[in-house]
Amino acid sequence: MTIARKTTATKLRAAAAVAGTGLLASLLAACGGTASGATAPSITLYSGQHVQTTDALVTQFEKATGITVHVRSDDEDVLANQIAAEGTRSPADVIFTENSQVLEFLQGKGLLAKVNKATLANTPAKYDSPDGDWAAISGRVSVIIYNPALISASQLPTSVMQLADPKYRGKLAIAPGETDFQPIVTAVERAYGAAAAKQWLEAVKANGSAHNYPDNETVADQVNRGGAAFGLVNEYYWYRMRAEIGVSNTKARITHLAPGNPGYVVDVSGAAIMKSSKHLAAAQKFVAFLVSKQGQDVIANPKESISFEYPIDSGVTTEAGETPFSQLQPYPITISQLGTGTAAIALLRQAGLL
Amino acid sequence: MASSPTLSAPDRPATPPAGRSGGTAAGARRARRPVVLTAASAAVAALLALPLVFLLLEASGAGAAAVSHLIFRRLTADLLWNTVRLTVAVTVLCAIIGTAAAWCMERTHLPGRRVWEVLVVVPLAIPDFVVSFGWASLWNWFQGFRGAVVVMTLAVYPLVYLPVAASFRAADPGQEEVARSLGAGRVRVFVRITLAQARGAILGGCLLVAMVMLAEYGAFEILGYQTFTTEIFSEFSLSFSIPAACALSLVLVALSLLVLAGDGLARGRGRVSRSGALAARKLPPLRLGKATLPVLAGFALLTGLALGMPIASSVYWMFDGGAHAIGGVALPAAALTTGGYGIAAAALDTVLALPVALLAIRHPGRIRLFLERTTYLVLAMPGVVAAFALSYFTQQYANGFGYQSAPLLVLCYAVMFFPLALVGVKASLARAPASLDHMARSLGRPRLEVLFRVTLRLAAPGLAAAFCLVFLSVVTELTATLLLIPTGAQTLSSQFWAYESNLSYGQAAPFALVMIAIAAVPSYVLGRFFNRSASSSDQGMVIT
Repeated sequence: MTIARKTTATKLRAAAAVAGTGLLASLLAACGGTASGATAPSITLYSGQHVQTTDALVTQFEKATGITVHVRSDDEDVLANQIAAEGTRSPADVIFTENSQVLEFLQGKGLLAKVNKATLANTPAKYDSPDGDWAAISGRVSVIIYNPALISASQLPTSVMQLADPKYRGKLAIAPGETDFQPIVTAVERAYGAAAAKQWLEAVKANGSAHNYPDNETVADQVNRGGAAFGLVNEYYWYRMRAEIGVSNTKARITHLAPGNPGYVVDVSGAAIMKSSKHLAAAQKFVAFLVSKQGQDVIANPKESISFEYPIDSGVTTEAGETPFSQLQPYPITISQLGTGTAAIALLRQAGLL
Repeated sequence: MASSPTLSAPDRPATPPAGRSGGTAAGARRARRPVVLTAASAAVAALLALPLVFLLLEASGAGAAAVSHLIFRRLTADLLWNTVRLTVAVTVLCAIIGTAAAWCMERTHLPGRRVWEVLVVVPLAIPDFVVSFGWASLWNWFQGFRGAVVVMTLAVYPLVYLPVAASFRAADPGQEEVARSLGAGRVRVFVRITLAQARGAILGGCLLVAMVMLAEYGAFEILGYQTFTTEIFSEFSLSFSIPAACALSLVLVALSLLVLAGDGLARGRGRVSRSGALAARKLPPLRLGKATLPVLAGFALLTGLALGMPIASSVYWMFDGGAHAIGGVALPAAALTTGGYGIAAAALDTVLALPVALLAIRHPGRIRLFLERTTYLVLAMPGVVAAFALSYFTQQYANGFGYQSAPLLVLCYAVMFFPLALVGVKASLARAPASLDHMARSLGRPRLEVLFRVTLRLAAPGLAAAFCLVFLSVVTELTATLLLIPTGAQTLSSQFWAYESNLSYGQAAPFALVMIAIAAVPSYVLGRFFNRSASSSDQGMVIT
């Protein structure tokens, strides 16, 4: 009886051990961030940038410095919300986003540390945080993406206000939930006033109600497949799509709105360091790397990063065929005017788009 | 996402049938008051209440005026219309397809029945967002409402099929024979007897389908269809406004309460009784004759669309996925992590469900009914709400302890999928008659030993089913995972999502295939469980 019991117990224990090690291994792998901090320097990066871009940058950085980067990828607004909830206990050392509004939101909460002056010196000041709290890393510009089989170039709007024209009903694709849409709304509000902006959004909602998509990737994809005739997205979505599906499958084209039009907006991707970071030196190094020649080259090299954003360092050349960053003629709006996007969100709500 | 066959007894009240309920009642009277069980169950109930408490706290923090402003805005009406029409359409379609498939399987001479039996259930293993990816990535037609109807019907019809098939298998054949002998026609017998007998099972399946539809996120996001849950997700992120998301979630809770009430009402009407509780006897299966080919074609079409299509699409994208080939390193690690979380959460849930189920089965009463109904609410709660609730409580009351750690994520899964485990555990405990416990106790065995050596042993198949059901759901879970996953870790679904949302279909596809492969095993086990339990016992036992 005792022997029998013992063998059962041993078997059970063995089984538990096997199951346990598997589980433990995965849990440990999962908790790597907290477990291995002591010896080798490491930082935690909250990244709202595209996974492939972040991966390429992180790999190069780790190779160059020996600092390990633990990456947490999600939508930038989710991450910002998380950091706001985490407050000074946030595990994040650096946050890397696609848009400036998110960083301005965190700046307003007083959660960001100053970025080293030497780092900021590497980027054009007009794209950086007005207070030196974050650095611009790369830039994008909004363009019209259209499917020539469904709409000819001559029928396309040249001003963002024409998106409200009833003749585009059922043709327009929109992604109002994307953070990328807010700078455009902010620019329209600045140019024409809140009342006109609201009216405009209501008409845009009506025109785009048949093609109201969750994100810009879907807008680009649907226009390309002929689901919708055209939409307004940042230029790099088209380049990324072309890289994924190949030139021959890319039916959609892109074109700019009229120079200086409020729908022709440059917004920047940036990175900030958390005030609460316990690895400030390593975090500063990471942000410095992002704006260094090496980091900017990674962004500029689509084979490596699949980014297709404009490197903020104008000395780095981009994809052939793309209008060079210096030759863009966007609507003049500053980073602080873009702000945190709360006014844009309020307008989107009133129009029933959010 | 998969869920359970909640099987609900056609006869009310849903207590075990006469032969055994006498024993149970007598046992309950004799037993001491179940202090330990009650305390444990209360603790579990408190844990499950966390998401709702979080919603109410946030909403009351924002103030009644702000909340009503957020609820009564234009978007809410759009979302309500979108959510309700989709839920109704999919539920009705699932009821028809699930019932028809179950009837053909159980009541006719279907050639290749053994194979179909497995194929029809396995779609449960395919995450809804993979099904929608499979269709929407290839054809544009599958966008918006019509895409959502097709995709969700194909993804969740097994939730109706499983319980209904079990109920057909176990139904009392005598009533059909009597009706026939009294001169009722085939159609009349089918409608008045056969369907009526399966009514509870059909309703139970429909209830699950409706709840799953309310909580679904990933599939609709891919299909570009806006429902409450997708909007709750954007509100949680987009505008840094948690109160807005909570206000919408409260509307969703109200909707699911309506569904539960509707289910309760529908169940109240119509009763079926059964002669000779344990007389398990089968009707001779119907010869299909000329109908054989069309029925076979129907099954081929159903499994082809629900199972073949998502797999074929994933394979297609894997080999034709554009310039960027598979990132092979992450796949085994993600599979291991996913498996680990799944096992941990499934084990935890099975253990948590035990006291609640024991209390419900052995000491029935008001608590039982209350618990059973309220746990369903969790099922309709989007994963993101549960995740935010848990991170809120760790930040507010635990000084951030355990935040973004694997145990917290596992706990979150356990909260979300508890009802699924409870269904399985309850069904199987009902099969373990209390009289055997009493006998063992009267022979001088200590209480704990009786629990392990008698009760749990008898209930083992159901415990396995509960485990599988939770495991399956964890493997395919997305939204809570994205929020609570430890930094640096990846699960199959989080990685699939990262690639899919970047249009990197070629990189996303292998993750989808591994997910399907991992989840197929437990769904097969589930199919077997319902098969066996129905044929070896009567309806009231399985279906509680």
